[in-house]
Amino acid sequence: MSDFEPILTAGFQTPDYHRLAVYEAHGGYQTAQRVLRKKTPQEVVEEVRRSGLRGRGGAGFPTGVKWSFLPEPDEGPVYLCVNADESEPGTFCNRTLMENDPHLVLEGILISGFATRATHAVVYLRWEYPTCFRRLREAIDEAYEAGYFGENLFGTDYSLDVTLHRGAGAYICGEETGLIESLEGKRAWPRIKPPYPAVKGLFARPTVVNNVETLACVKPILERSADWFRSIGVPPDPAVSKDPGSFGPKMFGISGHVNRPGCYEAPLGISCRELIDRFGHGVRQGRKIKAVVPGGISTGLLCEDELDTPMDFRSLQLAGCLGLGTACPVVFDETYRIVDFLYQACRFFTHESCGQCTPCREGTRWALELAGRIRDGRGRPNDLVLLEEIGQTIGIEPGTTICGLADGAAWAIRTTIEKFREELERWISSPTKKQVG
Amino acid sequence: MSEAKHEPRLSEATRAAVLAHRGRFADRRAAVLPALHEINTELGHVPRWAVGQLAGWLDLHPAEVEDTVSFYSFFKRDRAAVGAVRIWVCRSIVCAASCAALGGEPLLEYLCEKLGIEPGQTTEDGRITVEAAECLGACDVAPAMLVGETLYGNLTCEKVDRLLDELRETRSGED
Repeated sequence: MSDFEPILTAGFQTPDYHRLAVYEAHGGYQTAQRVLRKKTPQEVVEEVRRSGLRGRGGAGFPTGVKWSFLPEPDEGPVYLCVNADESEPGTFCNRTLMENDPHLVLEGILISGFATRATHAVVYLRWEYPTCFRRLREAIDEAYEAGYFGENLFGTDYSLDVTLHRGAGAYICGEETGLIESLEGKRAWPRIKPPYPAVKGLFARPTVVNNVETLACVKPILERSADWFRSIGVPPDPAVSKDPGSFGPKMFGISGHVNRPGCYEAPLGISCRELIDRFGHGVRQGRKIKAVVPGGISTGLLCEDELDTPMDFRSLQLAGCLGLGTACPVVFDETYRIVDFLYQACRFFTHESCGQCTPCREGTRWALELAGRIRDGRGRPNDLVLLEEIGQTIGIEPGTTICGLADGAAWAIRTTIEKFREELERWISSPTKKQVG
Repeated sequence: MSEAKHEPRLSEATRAAVLAHRGRFADRRAAVLPALHEINTELGHVPRWAVGQLAGWLDLHPAEVEDTVSFYSFFKRDRAAVGAVRIWVCRSIVCAASCAALGGEPLLEYLCEKLGIEPGQTTEDGRITVEAAECLGACDVAPAMLVGETLYGNLTCEKVDRLLDELRETRSGED
């Protein structure tokens, strides 16, 4: 960590880094130029595959592997959808990146578009990010004017258009097939997979959907090398077959009851405690930590005694969380009531369930009913059992829903009850007493 | 579609913008969401007559557009449901827990009490609509809210008071 050099956030302190001229003065778009002129798309895919880069949006699927699922090119269009629909509660790294360094994102899109032979890139940006919208719109205009997008880029026969598309307030659009449906102008109901988007995505054409930070990582990988990327982070666990490891720098967004909330860059595998102490400057008023949401409420909770868990794709699963998720720890101190987390998580998923699958639509609603009455002091002794039952019934995992939204809800409910059963039972039996510790 | 004398029509500028969106994608239906934003920008809401007109421009069945517009909570159908300024108050976990004195839900309550409305309602003068929002992705500056297309973070009661005074002074259309 001591010799770690921030890469994704390196430009954040430079004034006007979001302007093309400043970005170019720091070597901007030279990697794209070199790649487009000197490399083949297969070479770029191979470099990214070898780097071990895994998707930063939450699921952690290896990016190069995802790209390799694309069929052999024909004459028709190929789409690169940029998932900028960052909506997981507690998450703000993509926003910070797009606001501060939109051209890094665009250069990543350009190189990734070339690698995947994309003809059209579409940035799907959530409506709630108006500053990102303005920044990206300006950056795209600048990049077109400079000839970085459009036809025959850098004198090659590669052409790529990029379109900025605004969402309209629906979390489910961050699910990759929901995003595709939304782009097609429909309600964002996720699709049953297979077929995967690589084969049949936007307008039934080959499509890649990648997160903003994932694409931003592609630029330094091609600038430096896959080996450089692999020198950072956590190598594969030999005990787990085909574990791809957790390589590379990562943006971590720290918020909640810390002294210095913000977005910070560190190697994957840094412990949750170090993030909080070193970057978040510890807990406000010197209080103790009760719980941490490691990467969005879908990932569940970490207890205080689990805070030495490394923030990587595998370790958080071992700690009983859904995974690394969005890598944005939300810190709750000892004064926080876990029943409030349970209620707010249930309310969120109920509100954002798209309504397509009955177990999710109904399950999240009933969970909210239960969590609501517990919170209001009307909980019954059996309510936690009922909640756990819902938590075991809804989701891809038990095979009852099309997408993972319900799994996120289930995970939040299950780990909250599992890790804080005593506090919740105490609250149910005597809800008027103040909860401490 | 017949053109009755007093039938409301979307502006020529909106029509041109919608047709430009239509040309941008392989499938005309893909223009629906950008087009709905254009309509929303012009009218502040998306009434049924506008849906019908949009469907005509895109050669879609009105029910197809209706299906989409009804899915996205951002689009309101009724002029009375939206004021000149829309405020979205984040009620997510971080904003709700971030400030001992003023978390997300108290902020929503505080704002609504000051304006004499419930969440989702509009002030009597039609100036301000307050809505609860899921995470605004502004956790580093919690508690936060969006006022139109401007984000306000690290909010306190004093800051909210000042902002409301400014909003009252600003004439509509200047947001």
